[in-house]
Amino acid sequence: MTRFTRAGVFALATTLALAVVGPATAQERVKLINVVELSGAGATAGTQWRNGIDLAVADINARGGILGRQIDIVHYDTQTNPGNTRAAVQRAIDEGTYSVLGPVFSGPIGASMQIAQRAEIAQIVGGEAAGLTRQGNQFLFRTSLSQAAAMPKLATYLKETVKANRIAIVWVNNDFGKGGRDAMLPELQQRGIQVALDVSTEQGQADFTADAIRIRNANVDAVFVYLNEDESARFLLAARQQNVGKPMIGETTLLGARVIQLAGEAANGARGHVGLSIDAPVPAFQDFGRRYQARFGIASDHNGLKGYMAVHMIKWATERMGRFDRKGVADTLRGATITPQMEPGILITTRIEANGDLDRESFLAEVEGGRQVIRSTLPMIRP
Amino acid sequence: MSTPAISQRAATATHRTIVRTHAGMAELVAYIVAGLATGAIYALAAIGFTLVWQTSQTINFAQGEYVMLPAILILAGVSFFGLPLWAAALLGGLVFVAVFGAGFKIAVVDPMIRHGVLPLAIATMALAIIMKEGAKDFFSSEAQTFPSPFPAGAVDILGVSLSMQHIAIIAVAFIAIGILQWFVSRTRTGRQMQATAQNPGVALILGIPVARMVMLTFAINAALAVLASVLVSPLYLAKFSNGEVIGLFAFIAAIVGGFNQVRGALGGGLIVGVVDSLAAAYISSSYRLAVPLALLVLIILIKPEGLFGRREERRI
Repeated sequence: MTRFTRAGVFALATTLALAVVGPATAQERVKLINVVELSGAGATAGTQWRNGIDLAVADINARGGILGRQIDIVHYDTQTNPGNTRAAVQRAIDEGTYSVLGPVFSGPIGASMQIAQRAEIAQIVGGEAAGLTRQGNQFLFRTSLSQAAAMPKLATYLKETVKANRIAIVWVNNDFGKGGRDAMLPELQQRGIQVALDVSTEQGQADFTADAIRIRNANVDAVFVYLNEDESARFLLAARQQNVGKPMIGETTLLGARVIQLAGEAANGARGHVGLSIDAPVPAFQDFGRRYQARFGIASDHNGLKGYMAVHMIKWATERMGRFDRKGVADTLRGATITPQMEPGILITTRIEANGDLDRESFLAEVEGGRQVIRSTLPMIRP
Repeated sequence: MSTPAISQRAATATHRTIVRTHAGMAELVAYIVAGLATGAIYALAAIGFTLVWQTSQTINFAQGEYVMLPAILILAGVSFFGLPLWAAALLGGLVFVAVFGAGFKIAVVDPMIRHGVLPLAIATMALAIIMKEGAKDFFSSEAQTFPSPFPAGAVDILGVSLSMQHIAIIAVAFIAIGILQWFVSRTRTGRQMQATAQNPGVALILGIPVARMVMLTFAINAALAVLASVLVSPLYLAKFSNGEVIGLFAFIAAIVGGFNQVRGALGGGLIVGVVDSLAAAYISSSYRLAVPLALLVLIILIKPEGLFGRREERRI
């Protein structure tokens, strides 16, 4: 009996000690869950996004974390499947993530964003489809310019720099591609540019030969390419095989480092508008690019930069509040302007609109000798 | 309006029509050649279906992954072991033929075939998943550049601009299939393989080393898959998911052509490739898969043994 009592007292003491120490340990850490495309059609973009997040977490933890707490980062692979994405976002919330990071593809974002909205947790995403931020979701935040912001710049570029009057559009038939095409068509119309050939392609499409032949034989001045990264590279390879010989104009997904790496010489000559680039004349971008290359052995594209900024948006909002408050992150981010002086990890002055869209400087670029060369810097839409 | 002016306008209109017709024909030829190139790759994979069918009376559902994996192994040889590309290609090809040709026969076919063809077919489905997920986990989930052994760009032949890579793919695939046909029909070993495929029991009585012939068939299947992989990966990029599309199209090709004939797989592959190319060009890339599938349904309804296959009766 005496022995039992001693054992009981010991167990009770241990339990009490753990109860006291446990929360103290938990208080020193904050959990972030990244729900992203690590396989499937979005693997190229998702892997870059994840790497950017890992680099941001390492940097922040090395500098003492957020308000003294170290970040625990967990990555869930959605396999680029909207159903899996919904499940992963729900799981992230159930497991107590402070904010949801990802995904990158617009379709899976559209399918899952209501879950974070219902839980009143900020979701920082990599998607660009214009429709995402038109649904009144107060908890969704972009890390890139919306198509609604990028397309006017591209249409102007086509008209004034490329001098195109008739163009072909090659777009991927998913939320990203359809959103981009729908945002681009009125901009082209306003500037008197005729769409002579409208080529719809599939997400994950492997063979672009027939599309390249159609474009080669079409009477157009330029080709506007709006595909995801892997497909952009495959299209450029097919276009080279078929001697298309027309200016390839696109957005960040055509001119990114990963596309250039995959398409090789076929990427040379591609040009257009990029929202983020490690080759931009922004020292913080270039420094990020060097550190990313050193850590992961590959060049970062815009998705790497977006992932890095996403974590720093959460850090800035939390430190601004001075406390950990899930709902407060969204309230603080909405309408904020974050400068590199306020938060160095944001890399470039970024204004977050009330609907979650972003405004910041962007760039006109061209691929030359296997490298992205920035030709000029475009100002913020509302400086 | 004067008569000469009307004649002039008519001549101009006729000239424009001729130019348009010529351009349309040139475009059609370009689509057909592109379709023949992809069709030749489907044919190489489809021949694998027929070879496995003839020797084990089952369907290898991992056939698409057989075309995906060699490119990954070759790239792994370059990146992990620092081998030059030619050495990695040689080593990767040999390893693949040994493991997924002979090894597949020993580790999967032999233990499963005695339980009937259904368990074996299901085992090949499992193998497909293992190969795909293995490539993703042990190498990369991202697409990778695969260097082309052929020059890039197009060449003008009789006013038609054709991709040099496509021409080379067609040539290499036809040479490989020609050599296979010659080997099977003109050599002693090839005829022994045929006899084994037609009736293994009688072949054994006649003194043919049946087990060795079956092993050789699986090795040839793996070697053709290596060739298809090297030909297609520069165009599609090397990625763990490539097998899904290639496997599906090769399966359709094998059924359309005839599952029990090498020439059926060849014909089926080329037909499916051209139909796919024309569907992408004249209908839409979005609906391109529907057209070969419609063709498949049509063939199953009208000529279930395939366009070039022969009827088989089997007692169950």
